Amino acid sequence: MANKAPQIPSIAEFIHKIKSGEIFTEIAKEITESQLWTSTFRHGYADTPRNRVLQIASNVWLHLHPVKMHRHALRIKFTWCMGGITFLLFLSTVVTGVILMFYYRPVGEYAYYDMKYLQYDVPFGMLMRNMHRWAAHAMVITVWLHMFRVFLTGSYKPPREFNWVIGVFLVTFTLLLSFTGYLLPWDQLAMWAVTVGTNMARATPFLGNEGPFAEYVGVTPRYDARSLLIGGSLVGPPALLRFYVLHCIFIPLIAGALMIVHFWRIRKDGGISGPL
Amino acid sequence: MSEAAAAPKRKIEGVPEKLHVWPYLVRLEFLCALVVIVALAVWSIVIDAPLEEAANPTKTPNPSKAPWYFLGLQDILVYFDPWFAGVVAPVLIIVGLMLIPYLDVNPKGNGYYTYHERKVAIWVYCFGFLVLWIALIIMGVFLRGPGWNLFMPWQYWDPHKVVALVSVDLPYAFGFRDYTWSAIFGGGVLLAYFGIGTGAYFFLERKALKSVGFLRMFLKIQLALIMMGIVIKIVLRIGFNIKYIMVTPWISV
Repeated sequence: MANKAPQIPSIAEFIHKIKSGEIFTEIAKEITESQLWTSTFRHGYADTPRNRVLQIASNVWLHLHPVKMHRHALRIKFTWCMGGITFLLFLSTVVTGVILMFYYRPVGEYAYYDMKYLQYDVPFGMLMRNMHRWAAHAMVITVWLHMFRVFLTGSYKPPREFNWVIGVFLVTFTLLLSFTGYLLPWDQLAMWAVTVGTNMARATPFLGNEGPFAEYVGVTPRYDARSLLIGGSLVGPPALLRFYVLHCIFIPLIAGALMIVHFWRIRKDGGISGPL
Repeated sequence: MSEAAAAPKRKIEGVPEKLHVWPYLVRLEFLCALVVIVALAVWSIVIDAPLEEAANPTKTPNPSKAPWYFLGLQDILVYFDPWFAGVVAPVLIIVGLMLIPYLDVNPKGNGYYTYHERKVAIWVYCFGFLVLWIALIIMGVFLRGPGWNLFMPWQYWDPHKVVALVSVDLPYAFGFRDYTWSAIFGGGVLLAYFGIGTGAYFFLERKALKSVGFLRMFLKIQLALIMMGIVIKIVLRIGFNIKYIMVTPWISV
């Protein structure tokens, strides 16, 4: 027993193993029983009810799902898939947006030329910019459709009232994300669209210099709701920097946090709505 | 599509009430994600995002348009002052939307499509969303040209088009020439609109008062009256050349 020499398979035996395919079973066994594999994957892949549950429960990316769901909630006719698509488009803008951030500087002198650089010199720069912009526009549409679907199915009714409120916040932040991003190309389209949009802030009652009752508060064009938003009395380099920070850091963080609440709440409120 | 969705009705009877998310939902999500990403990639390869000339604060384009999703709000600037169209209206939309689940106490239609069990709710939302939001956006994108004038798709966007501003205020149309009396008359009209509207609603729905509650009914009818008021104001402006209902030195509606 102790002096047992390691067995060296004969060539004929080895060729037989290859021919019969036994060798693949053996390799697969070696790999899936290794410490590296078993520490990474906690369960088998065979289609058993137990594994179906574990696929969801033991995976951090999937565990936001319940392990079982009502069959009606699978129907695309019911959900339109719009909430999920909105989230997917958000993720696409995050990925493409981070890539764009490597090349773009939110400074009056550079911003527009960085756009040109992105479009003409950076490999796949134009494609990244296009995907970022179209995903953002598409996200605005899909989030509206999601909201429309949720309304039509009455899914905001008890016990899901609070999640609807979170959803309204998310619609608002989607529009604000898109709006703050609109300025960043620093071209004529961007500057004037944001001028038109932010001009509204100076009509804010009490807090805008042209708004009703402003004279009782004492706000001025350089010190009112609008100047807080754009860092001056017209859309200039300070506005570009403010919108950049809002677009890349502030709003995504808040929207991301609200998304976590929104998704978690679906589970806590009893899953996707359906006839009781 | 899942088997549950694709199978004819008879077969669904055989599908259990509850299904495993893996694979039935996860595979759907995966397919859906594939389709969306491919569509986005193809769209992005085919159509380039716009980039105009560098920003120039001394060169105002005509028309200057907000991003397309705000063009509904920009369009009601024709009918309302900026404090309402640009600040109060958006806030009311957001707050009004958030209030929906607390104002709509109809227990029916929770989690399924139905028109018959909640006709009013469906009508109000569809009108607000499809007409006041989407239709105005489409109009703002395609039909508003230089000077924010209306142009049909086949018309040339003439930057020198002059449209005579002949609109008058409601009190003026009723013969009031004095500022104070104009303001009192205009304010009276507004008060009457909201007062009578609220009163009529409470009278017609008096049986519901106990179950629905005063605050709910009050907020509901105020929001509805404001929404209808926007439509009335648009009709008054286009049909009868009325600019303001009420004019005061501080605020005009």
